[in-house]
Amino acid sequence: MRADGEAIGEAILEVRDLVKHFPLTRGVLFKKQVGAVRAVDGISFDLRRGETLGIVGESGCGKSTIARLLVNLERPTAGRIRYRGQDIGKLSGGALKAVRRNIQMVFQDPYTSLNPRMTVGDIIGEPFDIHPEVAPKGDRRRRVRELLDVVGLSPEHINRYPHQFSGGQRQRIGIARGLALRPEVIVADEPVSALDVSVQAQVVNLLERLQEEFDLAYVFIAHDLSVVRHISDRVAVMYLGRVVEMGTDAEIYEHPTHPYTQALLSAVPVPDPAARQRRERILLTGDVPSPANPPSGCRFRTRCWKARPKCAEVQPLLEVPSWLEEAGGPAAHPSACHFAEERGVVAGA
Amino acid sequence: MENTALLEVRDLRVEFRTREGVAKAVNGVSCTVHAGQTLAVLGESGSGKSVTAQAVMGILDSPPGFVTGGQVLFQGRDLLTMGEEQRRRLRGAKLAMIFQDALSALNPVMTVGAQLAEMYQVHRGMSGKEARARAVQLMDRVRIPAAKERVNDYPHQFSGGMRQRIMIAMALALEPDLIIADEPTTALDVTVQAQVMDLLAELRREFNMGLILITHDLGVVADVADRIAVMYAGRIVETAPVHQLYEAPAHPYTRGLLDSIPRLDRKGQRLHAIKGLPPSLTAIPPGCPFNPRCPRAQDICRTDRPPLFPVAAGRTSACHFWKDTLDAR
Repeated sequence: MRADGEAIGEAILEVRDLVKHFPLTRGVLFKKQVGAVRAVDGISFDLRRGETLGIVGESGCGKSTIARLLVNLERPTAGRIRYRGQDIGKLSGGALKAVRRNIQMVFQDPYTSLNPRMTVGDIIGEPFDIHPEVAPKGDRRRRVRELLDVVGLSPEHINRYPHQFSGGQRQRIGIARGLALRPEVIVADEPVSALDVSVQAQVVNLLERLQEEFDLAYVFIAHDLSVVRHISDRVAVMYLGRVVEMGTDAEIYEHPTHPYTQALLSAVPVPDPAARQRRERILLTGDVPSPANPPSGCRFRTRCWKARPKCAEVQPLLEVPSWLEEAGGPAAHPSACHFAEERGVVAGA
Repeated sequence: MENTALLEVRDLRVEFRTREGVAKAVNGVSCTVHAGQTLAVLGESGSGKSVTAQAVMGILDSPPGFVTGGQVLFQGRDLLTMGEEQRRRLRGAKLAMIFQDALSALNPVMTVGAQLAEMYQVHRGMSGKEARARAVQLMDRVRIPAAKERVNDYPHQFSGGMRQRIMIAMALALEPDLIIADEPTTALDVTVQAQVMDLLAELRREFNMGLILITHDLGVVADVADRIAVMYAGRIVETAPVHQLYEAPAHPYTRGLLDSIPRLDRKGQRLHAIKGLPPSLTAIPPGCPFNPRCPRAQDICRTDRPPLFPVAAGRTSACHFWKDTLDAR
């Protein structure tokens, strides 16, 4: 996180019109595609060196699918992900391996993402087996000890098994594994949501420290809007497979213009009982529609209080609305709404 | 607010006897809830908040869990010494519980209508038809759209938020005097959480019920609670009216929790994390259980267990240095 909130450095990851559909099939022998879950449906963003891009959204909005696409665990249905100019969807073999070395992932669940039969030393050292050029064989134990130290674990625990650690410590092990190959980008999918409040802060602080130390770029995916604000330079708000609003943390949290962002922010309970009366709450009705059958036009229109006929007909694009651009100021940032309009919902302190 | 307590827990103790040793999950918890009041029990995992609720409800897994002491007075009668049959009749009718995970708390092979109707058939002796009609009313009441058509659906056919509404409907069916909600919205998305919490608060007002809200979320507590009890290692370490607790906590653990959460409404610098981990319940440190993590710990904290000191009217804190903690803001 940079204090000035400005993005720094050149774009190392360029995502353009990224689409991932999961086919829905029927029949056992003669599988027939009857539809598709449109998990990610046309997303573009840049990630610059050393910055943190936060991605927020409710369950089912496609944020975890983006994470899996970025580390190439899934192949995109359409669109491109370019790492330093190379389209990673087109790479294979050695070239793909080299890119993967530089984009690592930290998973949500520290209980299932570590192999219970492997020692911590083997878990953190495994990336070196796959990319032997990073550390010569004789040097690996030393590198693992160093990594343990970097993430705040005792290097003496190198021979212990995951079950001997607490949730927060396990998440540190996962982070050490992600760091082993000295990547440029770390994709963190809900890295702190399984942790207790008092431990969560330790891990968030660790991630921030490591970012400064190793000049890492983070894609930080979470449903907790407070944590995302804390750690991010820029924030993308997702709804049903699309980004509905994107901007710096202040633009999104203090000057939201998309109705969904406004509703989402107003729903977050603020730990301040005095704010109970001051706050205006936008209560959405209903649930998120199925991504297999999203509404036409604007996907949020079925829950939106501003929806008009145009919203069903024309899909709003993620761009700076012309009327906001003319007015200038922090409200002039990309927002995919025909009727985007600033409305402060977070009671400022 | 009435003077007579709806529920009074006195010095409750629960332990789990496991192969690894005796885990002391609840170590002398006392608290009081009045009719129409919301008490939030705040704590991290392993603090004993859910076990306390289970002991009060009488649904503790036993063995390995055993209530080893204390009283649970509900409308003046001790639930712990009551016969199981008597207690069963109170459960659901007078005190009810809402669980975190509605999908595993509801019966997957019974329609939601049948599960709701069962409450009326068993406790009120209604006919099947009558009970079913009441079930539809109830589903309407918790704002499930098209309740009439959905009454014959199974739990898995509902979304998470709708399932939680059904859980609330079930808890409310017999209009109990006290509801214990154990992390009722933790599994839900924020926009759905807001809907469910609003509904719960509205119904609580309407029926003038007492509510015990068990949660780890300081934001949810600030939104709905009247009073808070903060738990740590099986003990209540601080109790206070909600406004006072957030304004000036009297226990270093509470202070630490408030400082360690990022805020939506401001961009902070580095978070003030509490160092270390909560203790294992099989080896709770002597003296104050929080002392190894506490920035204020002195020698006395490592030897003498602090009782709950009265701090102000309606406020207590189990810290030898509560005065310094209060003044330190």
